[in-house]
Amino acid sequence: MTMLRFTVRRLLFLIPMLFVASVAIFLMLRLGPSDPAMDYLRLSRVPPTPQALENARQMLGLDLPITVQYFNWLGDALHLDFGVSYALQRPVLPDILYYLPATLQLAGVALLLTLGVSIPLGMCAARHRDGLPDQFVRLVAFLGVSMPNFWLGFLLVWLLSIELGWLPPMGRGSWSQLIMPALAIAFMSLSINARLLRASMLEVTGQRHVYYARLRGLGAGRVERSHILRNALLPIVTATGMHIGELIGGTLIIESIFGWPGIGRYAVSAIFNRDYPVIQCFTLMMVLVFVLCNLIVDIVYAWLDPRIRLGVEEKA
Amino acid sequence: MIGALEQRKLPLAATFAFLGGSGWLVRVSAVLVMILVVLAIFSPWIMPFDPNEVDLASRLLAPDAAHWLGTDHLGRDILSRLMAGTRVSLGSVAISLFVIMTLGILIGGAAGFLGGRADQLIMRVTDIFMTFPTLVLALFMIGMLGTGLVNVIVAIALSHWAWYARIVRSIVMSLRNREYILASRLAGAGRVRIFIEHLLPATLSQLLVLATLDIGHIMLHVAGLSFLGLGVMPPTPEWGVMINDARQFIWTNPLLMVWPGLALFLSVMAFNVIGDAVRDRLDPHLREEHVH
Repeated sequence: MTMLRFTVRRLLFLIPMLFVASVAIFLMLRLGPSDPAMDYLRLSRVPPTPQALENARQMLGLDLPITVQYFNWLGDALHLDFGVSYALQRPVLPDILYYLPATLQLAGVALLLTLGVSIPLGMCAARHRDGLPDQFVRLVAFLGVSMPNFWLGFLLVWLLSIELGWLPPMGRGSWSQLIMPALAIAFMSLSINARLLRASMLEVTGQRHVYYARLRGLGAGRVERSHILRNALLPIVTATGMHIGELIGGTLIIESIFGWPGIGRYAVSAIFNRDYPVIQCFTLMMVLVFVLCNLIVDIVYAWLDPRIRLGVEEKA
Repeated sequence: MIGALEQRKLPLAATFAFLGGSGWLVRVSAVLVMILVVLAIFSPWIMPFDPNEVDLASRLLAPDAAHWLGTDHLGRDILSRLMAGTRVSLGSVAISLFVIMTLGILIGGAAGFLGGRADQLIMRVTDIFMTFPTLVLALFMIGMLGTGLVNVIVAIALSHWAWYARIVRSIVMSLRNREYILASRLAGAGRVRIFIEHLLPATLSQLLVLATLDIGHIMLHVAGLSFLGLGVMPPTPEWGVMINDARQFIWTNPLLMVWPGLALFLSVMAFNVIGDAVRDRLDPHLREEHVH
């Protein structure tokens, strides 16, 4: 019950947040240095005569006061109409929804990989402090924080596809095509998380409740799982929330290397062309994804740590 | 206090003392960083070839005595292009950090010093900027401003300043009502003077830590955006552009993409090592907190 309340509260909190984000995105694009009407004419290959500019301005509603423009846009957006791409002359939202699932799939697999590798790795390093696994994690962490993800992607293709022929170099369809792009995206977060978990497990291990659990005669495995790991995971959950942005950004870059049919190329060409309706909708979608992911992180956090959800209850 | 005074008097000596007391990794990184800085400043005089000189007769050469790292698909010398790339990379980092610090100090300082409504408003604005992932924010800014190196620098500055403003604000707030500040106010010092003389110096060490930790991150951003074709435009020699140029030759000349990537990787690593060392020295509390 408390979890449900907590979730609903946080979901309601999203509404003002998205509203503010949409105002910010809209205002910054409109108040930016270039004229959307000019960009519209450029992208639809109409020579920018004064008459054509005037027509474009009227058609796009740019002659109205900016608040009216915003509420017109918001009204359309609430009916899931995000306008028409200047360059492609197609509605924006269906295109974005067409490309988004592939991106989310890749980013999601990268997230699973981050957690699935960093947690055992961090546990192993903490268990064998200063031993071989610990040294290994230290090395991975050291390399990981400095590795450009797109370069890592190429190195993987070179090694695993070209030299060894183990994995297909690009495309989407089978699980084998997911491994390399997901690894390239996840490597940095994975290495940071593994080191973080090691440190936080060692910290928790020194605390009194662990000592007490051992005194009660609990087995080493039981103590590690339910008394050390559960507490030590909290910083990992926070860090993962912060890494989600990095994972999404990384996915946009990595897609182009592996010919992954995600939103990356569509968005980059729109950004290159200054295709306003697309940039607007794309940014808002990214914010929505990011904010929802962080909501999930918060819920997991509250689930792991009763103090959080009870604290919320007391205040409410 | 005496230590601080000495450090202010002899920054070079303090730097060497710092390096002397550090491990071999920090020293190697410091040497690497020095090489990078020298290359960034003097590359036009050191480069063996003109980095943009197209010579189709000698395209895609393997490394030899004249071209130490070989040539690319237009016959340009790779080593020269790598050297010229340091200037773009370090230059954009330096300019963006300068803009970020200036924005952070001005906005964060104003928020902390004025307090009340102004502070509330400024903090909500930083909240918005901190909500977005930095790369998505930078992409959005480039969409707004257009492509090119200058806009990439502006985009990076605008997507990072909020963290700096936060730190400046919190330090200013914690010091605002200390006795020595009140004393200098009683002595008739104006707000600007108090800020510059008493509050700003207290924020600098933390800003320095944050900035050195961010150097590698910003280098990766500049290279990544250029790799996508949104930052530095070809034929300007830049590491991300070079990796993008090399991608079509990955089957035939994989070394072409190894060099610029290695240069980027080693530079980011050197700056990260230095950043960690500076943090451990100046601000041990910041450990593991700055991830974005």
